[in-house]
Amino acid sequence: MAFAHEFDYVKPRTLREVVKTLARYGTRARVLAGGTDLITLIAEDVVTPAVVVDIKGVPGLDKIEFKNGVLAIGALVTFSDLRDSTVVAKRFPVIREMTGWVASVGIRNRATMVGNICSAVPCCDSGPILLVYDAAVLVAGPSGKRKVPLRDWFLGPRKTVLKRGEIATGIVVALPKKKHGACFVKLRRYEGEDLAQASVTVLAYADNHYRISFGSVAPRPIRGEKIETLLESRSLSDELIQQAVRLVPGEIAPITDIRATKEYRMHMVGVMLERGLRTAVSRITGSGPAYGTSVI
Amino acid sequence: MTKRITVTLNNELRSLDVEPSDVLLDILRETLGVKSPKIGCERGDCGACTVLLDGKTVRTCLILAIEADGHEITTLEGLSRSGLTPVQQSLLKHNSFQCGFCAPGMVLSATELLGKNPTPSKDEVKEAISGNLCRCTGYEPIIDAVVAVGKKAGKRA
Repeated sequence: MAFAHEFDYVKPRTLREVVKTLARYGTRARVLAGGTDLITLIAEDVVTPAVVVDIKGVPGLDKIEFKNGVLAIGALVTFSDLRDSTVVAKRFPVIREMTGWVASVGIRNRATMVGNICSAVPCCDSGPILLVYDAAVLVAGPSGKRKVPLRDWFLGPRKTVLKRGEIATGIVVALPKKKHGACFVKLRRYEGEDLAQASVTVLAYADNHYRISFGSVAPRPIRGEKIETLLESRSLSDELIQQAVRLVPGEIAPITDIRATKEYRMHMVGVMLERGLRTAVSRITGSGPAYGTSVI
Repeated sequence: MTKRITVTLNNELRSLDVEPSDVLLDILRETLGVKSPKIGCERGDCGACTVLLDGKTVRTCLILAIEADGHEITTLEGLSRSGLTPVQQSLLKHNSFQCGFCAPGMVLSATELLGKNPTPSKDEVKEAISGNLCRCTGYEPIIDAVVAVGKKAGKRA
């Protein structure tokens, strides 16, 4: 049985051709990478494309490269690729930590990180992680290439800044030069495959700078700027952590849905922030729970 | 618009015509005649439709048949051509399944895990099969069976 809705399928061999097709069809074209999100949307008639543009024929998009302190993740790089990458494990262990809690192996073998941020659901796990690193999205379009900072990328649920004819070709993440530690805290209903009820990511530098982000508790992944300002240049103490936790309600706007109530989310983000801060800081010196150990 | 694709299914080259909107799971079952991938949730949650695509487990309910053009697919039928594999024997010995609906997906997920990690811990097995739902057994006999394969392999090594 095919889908009720029919569409054409193209598999271009060049990025140029992809962009051309996307520009011609506009919103009636959909980009297909891993398909784990797109196919469910087509199956449920949420999207009804005239043409599906499979980018798996475009060479070079499946690469993970680390050069001059910058990690480049191509649009076809799956969560499994990231999980198996030695450079990610060594230089960005918190990205690997996140990949271990994304869906299940069979999904991770297809789903891509770029697809994850292009779907732009508020509960995506990649967004918050990339936000603390001030990562950027590489975009190709009819008028050339541009680089979009992650903080400008998400406009709202399922909405990004991509314009007609544009495609995200990759993500670049600069490795912080200073000594740091990080922690991704994902709240789920049970161990095993689940979307985040809430997530907190902390990147802490040895010289007391902090980068904090939240997932699943606003229309898009967001940074906790008021908390970052509070913590700036101060070393963590029980008192300071409590002050930070008190700022949580001013930073996030959780809703009640099938996975949790807004009250539960609000409360748990405070708990997760405390544990995330303590863990990230302890990981700067290599102590604390190993990357991949859930602290919630 | 019908398109011709060629796939290697269980070591056999097969050519067939598909529509772009055909789902791989349906084509495998109805056109190519392999029935081990099951129709479950049809949204990637249950793992019943799992096959190995180029050696990696995937959900065939989330893949267009046309995407498989030029690729290699292994289903349970291909896995056990020359008799039951060690993990299948262990699952049998542990009486791991009741209805068996999840079995093909479980076997393939366990096979992928053991290929990468021949002596997995209980937690690693749980992680590997977390995308395969079983509604009969409570998972314990399945996990025990996969761990046992690793222990046996560990002893031989």
